[in-house]
Amino acid sequence: MSGEIQFCRTGGCTAKLGPGILDHVLKKIPRSQDDHLLVGYDSADDAAVYRLTDELAIVQTLDFFPPMVEDPYIFGQIAAANALSDIYAMGGEVKSALNIVCFPEQMDLNILGRILQGGAEKVQEAGGVLAGGHSIADADVKYGLSVTGTVHPDKIWKNNGARPGDRLILTKPLGVGIITAASRVKEASKKAVDAAVCSMTALNRYAAQAAHGCRIHGCTDVTGFGLLCHLNEMLGGTYGAKINASALPVLPEAASYAEEFLITAAAQRNRNFVGDKVFFEDGVSFAMEELMFDPQTSGGLLFAVDKEDAQMLSGKLKELGMPAGIIGEVTEPSDQKKGCTAGRIHVFA
Amino acid sequence: MNQTVDARGDQCPIPLVKAKKALKELHPSDILKVLVDNEIAVQNLLKMAGQMQIYAERGKEDGGFYVEFHVEKEISPEPSAEETQCLLPEAKKEEPVKPRKKNTVVVISSSFMGDGSEELGKILMKGFLYALAQLDEPPACIIFYNGGVKLTTEGSASIEDLKELKAQGVEILSCGTCLDYYRLKDKLIVGEITNMYTIVEKQAAADMIIRP
Repeated sequence: MSGEIQFCRTGGCTAKLGPGILDHVLKKIPRSQDDHLLVGYDSADDAAVYRLTDELAIVQTLDFFPPMVEDPYIFGQIAAANALSDIYAMGGEVKSALNIVCFPEQMDLNILGRILQGGAEKVQEAGGVLAGGHSIADADVKYGLSVTGTVHPDKIWKNNGARPGDRLILTKPLGVGIITAASRVKEASKKAVDAAVCSMTALNRYAAQAAHGCRIHGCTDVTGFGLLCHLNEMLGGTYGAKINASALPVLPEAASYAEEFLITAAAQRNRNFVGDKVFFEDGVSFAMEELMFDPQTSGGLLFAVDKEDAQMLSGKLKELGMPAGIIGEVTEPSDQKKGCTAGRIHVFA
Repeated sequence: MNQTVDARGDQCPIPLVKAKKALKELHPSDILKVLVDNEIAVQNLLKMAGQMQIYAERGKEDGGFYVEFHVEKEISPEPSAEETQCLLPEAKKEEPVKPRKKNTVVVISSSFMGDGSEELGKILMKGFLYALAQLDEPPACIIFYNGGVKLTTEGSASIEDLKELKAQGVEILSCGTCLDYYRLKDKLIVGEITNMYTIVEKQAAADMIIRP
């Protein structure tokens, strides 16, 4: 059955192209101007936003990847939660979704059925409608969704609106990349895998809803590029940030797997891409460094929230059962006293 | 006994898992060679060696890559108190012969190399940094000051080479006063900002200083 599928090679968001490579290519693509396009790929944002009227914009996103767990039903749920997340990261609401499927012709179609079932259930939970899809016969399994949502044009959560003093809040624990890597070499405990699966299948819808009453200046979902690359994008090369490593939520046993070097290529690519913008204080362990670069499949939302609202938001998220404390803050472009310079991320133990 | 582990075609973390397993069976002064087929795996293996405090060297061979772990002392997951006592004095004795990396510091004070034509000097400097990135044993640190900071900032032709050096663990330092003077502080792409104390300390502690 599912055990026979070559399901887990470089699954989930670890399968993303490295951020450096992507930058190179995107720079060369011609772009046309359209004033209605409020968010395009200039800002490396999570989804595109197109204004239809002064009160209404559509949010469009597309995400798909190879499996990172053995169970096709759970894989479907994770892929869908991950794709839907981009709508939430923009402050939008999910409306409709289309399946994207690559599937080997000779493989048991029941497996495909389970994947699609898992995905459909998550779209339903998101309050959206599954409207169709497209499938390709391919050597490997890949699945995901193209999702359309709506947002008020004045209430978009861009990922680069953060400003100094904003507090940073992360809504899901780090470590799913490390745990799925450990699981691939059969060194992960059931407890750790269950916790990672539970985190990956959870929709970011509830975190986004909780945040709608707060002054959110910037938001992104933490996925393949890991916490630090996504945070770096959020700072837009303008501001610095301080991160309190001990305040970071981490999945059980993920740190000990990192110490055992059950780490991914993607985390190292992330380190190469952004490592020279990050300064780790003495006392930040190797495991914590790895966790901060760890690619997250269907990771949490990272909010830059007005400092006045930070405690309220953290409290609301904790009531929903999320380990979402304040993990740091955005700092001035050149905050020498605190050791931060422009675009610099300073990690404290 | 030296050992070779073939991890070509394996995705991380498998090369690391294989290397870790093989290291457990090695003895002092043994060398473990791990063959891999991509640069990222090399970097992950070097990172692991650094964490385990094992001296390691990288290299290229037959179109692939390898990392050699030079095992200095017995690696045991949890040495008992007795073992620790036996090992400690021995480890101390070994220290002078430990293949320590030479602490080479490169100091670059201009964006071009040598006197004469500035245009030629720029070409030479680009070639110098490229060649530096290809060294088997890279320097510990490169310090950029005065016009040198133009090389670590936006518009430099050597960014890729410097990133490569950085990935090899070379510390890249640019003088903060100089970045300010040329208004390049927010244009820094590779490495860290430093001050005169560090610039002096690094040079004072160096085994060798190279000034192109």
